Amino acid sequence: MMDVSNEDLKLVEAICGGVPLAARPYQVLGQRVGMDEEEVIHRLQGLIEGGVIRRFGVIVQHRRLGYTANGMSVWNVPDDKVRAVGEEMGRFPYVTLCYHRPRHLPNWPYNLFAMVHGAARGKVLEQVDEIAKVLKLGNVERDVLFSRRQFKQCGARYGCKGKVDNEPCTFD
Amino acid sequence: MNDADKRLLDDFQRDFPLVARPYAEIGKRLGMSEDDVIQAYANLADQKYVSRIGAVIAPNQVGASTLAAMSVPEDRLEEVAAFVSSFDEVNHNYEREHDINLWFVVAAGDVAQVGAVLGRIEAETAIAVMNLPIIEDYHLDLGFKLEWS
Repeated sequence: MMDVSNEDLKLVEAICGGVPLAARPYQVLGQRVGMDEEEVIHRLQGLIEGGVIRRFGVIVQHRRLGYTANGMSVWNVPDDKVRAVGEEMGRFPYVTLCYHRPRHLPNWPYNLFAMVHGAARGKVLEQVDEIAKVLKLGNVERDVLFSRRQFKQCGARYGCKGKVDNEPCTFD
Repeated sequence: MNDADKRLLDDFQRDFPLVARPYAEIGKRLGMSEDDVIQAYANLADQKYVSRIGAVIAPNQVGASTLAAMSVPEDRLEEVAAFVSSFDEVNHNYEREHDINLWFVVAAGDVAQVGAVLGRIEAETAIAVMNLPIIEDYHLDLGFKLEWS
C-alpha cells in the first residue's frame, strides 16, 4: 500500500466531517488545508488508487433505512483455507465487513468475522445459512452474535477533530 | 422518498465524482440542476438517511485499531461498559448475546497506544481483554445496495 504523506493526512482529516455541500466542495476543502482545488482532487484520486481510501461517496445510515439487525457471524475456518473463504464471503451483498482475526483458545475458536446486515434477525440468520450453504461450510463451527445494547456508537475517529455522533465508524 | 432521492442514495455510494463541480455532474446524470442535487442531499442528511458524503479509510492505514472483547459478569456490565466507553479511543461499544458479552473497537495513533488502552481497561476492571486485531481484510467496500420496498 502507498505511503501516506503529511499533506495527505491533513486532507484525510479535513474530509472526515464529509465533503461540503457546496458547488465547489474541493475548493472549500482546499481552503481549510491550504491546497488549491486541483491538488485536492489529485490527492484524493491518489489515495483512492493507492487503496488508502476504500470507498469515496455517500455514506448511508443503514439503521434509518430499516436495516436494523446486524449479526456478527464468526467462523472457525482451517488456517490454510481462511483467505480463500474470506475472499468469497466478503462478496456477499449483505456482508459489510469481513476480516481474519486471531483465535483465542480455548474460549474463542473463531478466526473469520463477517458482519451481516438485514431488516430483521430472522433475515440475518437466513443469510448466514445461505453463506454456509453456498460456500459449503456446513461442517465449519460457527456462531452469530447479535447486539443487545449499544453503549457507545462512535467516539472521536482517529484523525477527526472532535466527536462525530451517530456516525458509522470507519474502523471496525 | 422520491425516485431521485433513491438514486442519490444508491448510485453515488462509490466513485463520487472527483471533478470541480461534482453536484453538477450528478445532476447531469439524473436530469436535475446542481442546486437541486445539493438541496436534496442536505435534506437527506437532515433526515439522517445520509451521515455524510465522505471517505471510508482502509483499516490501519491512518492510525491503528483493534476489536476487543470481554466476558463481564452481568452485575458488573453497566459499570465496566461505562468505564470502557469513557476512553476517547473507544468507538463502538456493544453488548452482544454471548458469554463474551462486551465488544468494542479501540482506535488510536499507533499499535502501542491501542495496547496501552487495552492494558488500562484490563488493569482497572481485573477482567481479561481479548485482543482481536485484523490479520487480513477481505471485504471490498462497494457500498450497500439498498432494497426499496
